[in-house]
Amino acid sequence: MNKTAQPVVEIANLVKSYRRGEQIVPVLTGITFDIAAGDFVALMGPSGSGKSTLLNMIAGIDKPDSGSLRVAGTDITALSEAGLADWRSHHVGFIFQFYNLMPVLTAFENIELPLLLTGLSARERGEHVAAALSMMGLTDRSDHYPSELSGGQQQRVAIARAIITDPTILVADEPTGDLDRVSAAEILNLIERLNRELGKTVVMVTHDPQAAAKAHTVRHLEKGELSAG
Amino acid sequence: MYFFKLIVRNALRHRLRTGLTALGIVVAILAFGVLRTVVDAWYAGAAAASATRLVTRNAISLVFPLPLTYMGRIRQIDGVKSVSHANWFGGVYITEKNFFPQFAVQAQSYFALYPEFAVDPGQMREFLRDRKGAIVGRKLATTYGFKPGDQVSLRGTIFPGNWEFVVRGIYDGAEARTDTSQFFFHWDYLNETMIKLAPRRANTVGVYVVGLTSADRAAAVTAAIDATFRNSLAETLTETEQAFQLGFVSMTEAIVVAIKIVSFLVIFIIMAVMANTMAMTARERTAEYATLKALGFGPLPLAAMILGESLAIAGAGGLIGIVLTFPVAERFGAEMGSLFPVFNVGRETVAMQVAAALLVGAVAACLPALRAARIRIVDGLRHVG
Repeated sequence: MNKTAQPVVEIANLVKSYRRGEQIVPVLTGITFDIAAGDFVALMGPSGSGKSTLLNMIAGIDKPDSGSLRVAGTDITALSEAGLADWRSHHVGFIFQFYNLMPVLTAFENIELPLLLTGLSARERGEHVAAALSMMGLTDRSDHYPSELSGGQQQRVAIARAIITDPTILVADEPTGDLDRVSAAEILNLIERLNRELGKTVVMVTHDPQAAAKAHTVRHLEKGELSAG
Repeated sequence: MYFFKLIVRNALRHRLRTGLTALGIVVAILAFGVLRTVVDAWYAGAAAASATRLVTRNAISLVFPLPLTYMGRIRQIDGVKSVSHANWFGGVYITEKNFFPQFAVQAQSYFALYPEFAVDPGQMREFLRDRKGAIVGRKLATTYGFKPGDQVSLRGTIFPGNWEFVVRGIYDGAEARTDTSQFFFHWDYLNETMIKLAPRRANTVGVYVVGLTSADRAAAVTAAIDATFRNSLAETLTETEQAFQLGFVSMTEAIVVAIKIVSFLVIFIIMAVMANTMAMTARERTAEYATLKALGFGPLPLAAMILGESLAIAGAGGLIGIVLTFPVAERFGAEMGSLFPVFNVGRETVAMQVAAALLVGAVAACLPALRAARIRIVDGLRHVG
């Protein structure tokens, strides 16, 4: 990874708090850091440290109370809901802990889902999905429903779905949290490959030190503050 | 196509739940259709009434007759094309439960006024030749197995004695709404018998049926007839045939209103059931909706998916319900016999069934669709279905 590359994520004085009844609970208290294009960043920290909240804000599915957050050159804090939705569809690929696949859709159809928001024809979509399936080694599982796939295979489908639109960044929230060690290692290798070979910027939240070891940069969060580089 | 596939698969995700909900809609739409048909049947007489016919009766009550001598005077009134008369006979065929309407009519003029009673000319000639002849409606003939040449005996209630008739013809309805459950015979036969048995009741008629030269003369002729007999021993009350028929319906208006309320209650109940199903369905899929939103789908496609699924279930149930309404209504009408002479599922009823099914689907989807559209992604992703 080129450390001098332009930052794809620029975070400055990011503050976020939640309201719990009458009480205001601070989650992030002035986070500032950049993520370079093509970097593989692991966000670590104990439960409640704010790492998932930070990831959600980078992914544009949550908004900060204050501070600046630019991703791929866009100040996403200034975008409307509709603007954010459109922005996410172009710039963010999601990898969830529990895969979050549509159970009534086949592997092929799940991967195709984000492409419905593009202007591609059905034939073009099919070609893209076939390539993604092949890349994930899932060509023979194309017509299988999530319930017919193992956890590792489901996560590979989810990764294919995340990269199908060629997003700017991949955000992964505990991507191996629901997998056995062998499958977890496979998935981590796959994410690492996407970063290395395709140059995808990856931001990953994890509790697992072995998963974090795959990252180029590890950021620790403690009580809403960045504790180490 | 993709979303259509998604909607269908989502609808079939919990087959038992979807099946039971659709079954509920089938029953509700079917019940709604049959109840609306009952209401229509109630108004069938009024609906089939002609705008060019008036009915003149005794102003005090329908129970009191009018003198036969009025016929000539009514005929002379400007705007009157023809006049006939009829007496409600009220006889019993074998037992009291075999109820059907029987009228003693001035045969030639009466059938001329009612072209919707289609009788074979040969049978009509036979009927006119036979003093004891009777013409019966197709539905009545089918119910009791009457055919030309059959002897029918009625026990008089208003007009005492046993009255013998010979079926000489069967009339069909020119339109689907024509009542074919009636029994007509010669007024002359009734009158001759009354002259012998109760002379004071002879030469009277129940109602006059007045044919107009034009429907727009109705108000003027009505006023003219009643003015003619004002301050006489038997003052008249003339009204359009439709108003006359509605007068009977108004006597049982409370029942009709109750049936109407029940028919809408059935729809309201299934709407609540369907809304519960859709709310449950949407709640279980909260994480999926959040995922779709995270992927970039806006609130509209999510709402459309829920609405589509709800409409698909309601539409399928509604369609089956509508299809079943026809055989069920036919069977129901047959079981009711002459109580509902005309019992047909009308186009308006089918349109209302379609509207009810779509309304159920749309209303049931409203709240879940709104919730899905408004869901915060981070909250939705945390949701465990």
